[in-house]
Amino acid sequence: MSEAISVPNNGRHPSYLDYQGTHKGILGWILSTDHKRIGILYLIAIMTFFMVGVTFGFLMRLELIAPGKTIMDPQTYNAFFTLHGVIMIFLFVIPGIPAVFGNFFLPILIGAKDVSFPRLNLLSWYLYIIGGLLAVVSILLPGGPIDTGWTFYIPYSVRTGTNVSLALFAAFVLGFSSILTGLNFVTTVHRLRAPGMSWFKMPLSIWSLYSTAWVQVLATPIIGITLLLVIIERAFGVGLFDPALGGDPVLFQHLFWIYSHPAVYIMILPAMGVISEIIPVFARRTIFGYKFIALSSVAIAVFGSLVWAHHMFTAGMSNTGQFIFSLLTMIVAIPSAIKVFNWTATLYKGSIELATPLLFALAFIFQFTIGGLTGVMQGVLSVDIMIHDTSFIVAHFHYVMFGGTGFGLFAALHYWFPKMFGKMYNEKISKSAFWLLFVGFNILYFPMFIMGWLGMPRRYYDYLPEFEIYHFISTIGSWILITGILLMLGNLISAKIRGKKVTDKNTWGGETLEWHVDTPPIHENFIDIPTVHETPYQYKQNEDETLKTQEVK
Amino acid sequence: MSSQEQTAAAHVHRDDVGARMGMWLFLFTELILFGGMFILYSIYRYMYPDAFHLAAKELNTIVGTFNTAILLTSSLTMVLAITAIQRKQKALSIFFQVITIVLALGFMVNKYFEWGAKFHHGIYPGSDTLLAKPAGEILFFGLYYVMTGLHGLHVIIGVVLIGIMAGYTSKGIINSNSYVKLESAGLYWHLVDIIWIFLFPLFYLIT
Repeated sequence: MSEAISVPNNGRHPSYLDYQGTHKGILGWILSTDHKRIGILYLIAIMTFFMVGVTFGFLMRLELIAPGKTIMDPQTYNAFFTLHGVIMIFLFVIPGIPAVFGNFFLPILIGAKDVSFPRLNLLSWYLYIIGGLLAVVSILLPGGPIDTGWTFYIPYSVRTGTNVSLALFAAFVLGFSSILTGLNFVTTVHRLRAPGMSWFKMPLSIWSLYSTAWVQVLATPIIGITLLLVIIERAFGVGLFDPALGGDPVLFQHLFWIYSHPAVYIMILPAMGVISEIIPVFARRTIFGYKFIALSSVAIAVFGSLVWAHHMFTAGMSNTGQFIFSLLTMIVAIPSAIKVFNWTATLYKGSIELATPLLFALAFIFQFTIGGLTGVMQGVLSVDIMIHDTSFIVAHFHYVMFGGTGFGLFAALHYWFPKMFGKMYNEKISKSAFWLLFVGFNILYFPMFIMGWLGMPRRYYDYLPEFEIYHFISTIGSWILITGILLMLGNLISAKIRGKKVTDKNTWGGETLEWHVDTPPIHENFIDIPTVHETPYQYKQNEDETLKTQEVK
Repeated sequence: MSSQEQTAAAHVHRDDVGARMGMWLFLFTELILFGGMFILYSIYRYMYPDAFHLAAKELNTIVGTFNTAILLTSSLTMVLAITAIQRKQKALSIFFQVITIVLALGFMVNKYFEWGAKFHHGIYPGSDTLLAKPAGEILFFGLYYVMTGLHGLHVIIGVVLIGIMAGYTSKGIINSNSYVKLESAGLYWHLVDIIWIFLFPLFYLIT
């Protein structure tokens, strides 16, 4: 593969960071249609909102350290867990990996100069910013911040006097941004793959971004119309979900989860793609079961779109319906397990280099497995009735979304940071940050499994004294976790400012296309579009040697 | 093609198939957006068949039919506009685009009078007359206003879109070599049309 790649001269072609377009300074960034610059814009915005979400989570956790009032009143607490959820879900995990790393690396990984619709790409960033600002404005306006929980369940979301409509409109705009990104990626993958890159020669992260993009396109409009209907309901009292006027609130739950369940696959699939990139590079082995990993992404996208009602087992549903949704829920575990087994099989007998990205990837596998298996437990009807609406669900969700997607995003950040900025971070500090994150995360969320199992309801402001010890441990964990986050981000920011310069094209010895272009990549990535001859992740030399040593033994 | 033109073509990325694909994906999202409401309609119709039957009788089938005819004709003129530009008849294409806009506005005027008459009879969300009716009728008119309202919004967006296209055509940005923008606007317009084709029988014809 490498012979076919043209070698752009770093001196003659300025990197995308130095490239002078029609606009200068800050305008050169916020008006740029370069997918790499848009990726960086997203990175800054998303990490900012992440820190806002972390702050709400931290304060919420602090309130729960002891029973009764600690630092805030119940109404503030209700607002805080809602804002934590809304910001983390709509502004951090959903756009997260696709918007930052998808934008930056999808065109490079398939050998294209940009995405299919660069201007639409920039528009999606503006919609993201507008949605984010609307969400912030809804916190500050009189009426008070939204207090419905991120699920906006009717009838409370119609009755409450807080700024629900504005927050819902923010989520609607963010959905539009997500649709445009998805639409752009589907078209790009179909139209702009480099010559020779057939479907089964695409890197695995492309497979997962492609599957995600389809879910974004097909599922997001449902939440769009649902949120719109709630806004209309609040404004005009049409009655579509209002039992007093004949409407059915359970229908709202169905429409909400028809999107919001596939949305968790929008969140996790791109992270799985990142892990599939990182594992073979640091194990120096060809990925095990390429086709299975690729197609399991598609399978997750398909089955994941058909399981929404498992959020509603206690909301009233026919036995047949419950049975079907329970079965489908367990089926989703199969493609997820296929990925986990293939990743571990890739690591087996690899020559493993325990660098920071791999540490995060391994933590992903560990935490995602816990989160995934507890998810199967919830798919079991009899068990779900017991643990529904307890902190067991909160623990499961955070193990998948933070322990999975969050750690996946951090893994991607450490893996691609040198390529994106041409600077290297301090590996020692990044590893300490990782351990703080890993230990803090598990201390924070594991006690929630136990207390949820013992009956601690989720979203409660106060609790019985028997749960105090779990809440106390959990809050201590949140402090360790946040120390880790601050150390990690501080390390990366200082690396960007005064880190060691990297000009080496291939920081980690990867075999995918991004490691064949300049560091940082030039404007439009390639001088000549490369021709692809082989599947990605070929570490034949290494494997031949392994075979030889085995024969000698 | 001269060599100069060739280098220019190499720098400007143009992918008509990709553009069309993007438009089709966008149309999927629109279909699913309305799909959510069609789900609500079918479930409430199943829950309240009698009330839906009674309420549908209050809608004027003649006005509905007239509007259907208008919208179908506008789809025809849109196709004619695209065919005209393919045959390098710029003025004719602009003419058909303007006719499409006029028909769309005619549809909206009709809609205005239709809604106005309903309001006049006191049938609108939250009105005392409507709230006095059985639950199924409240939902029928709720859906009627929300679905035709959102469809009307799409008609207005379509008018703006085709207006911009007419401007592009007169400036020559849309020409016989490059008309994918007009085609995409046309696809959008047909979508607005097809959604109406479903709304019309659901609200006016099934009584």
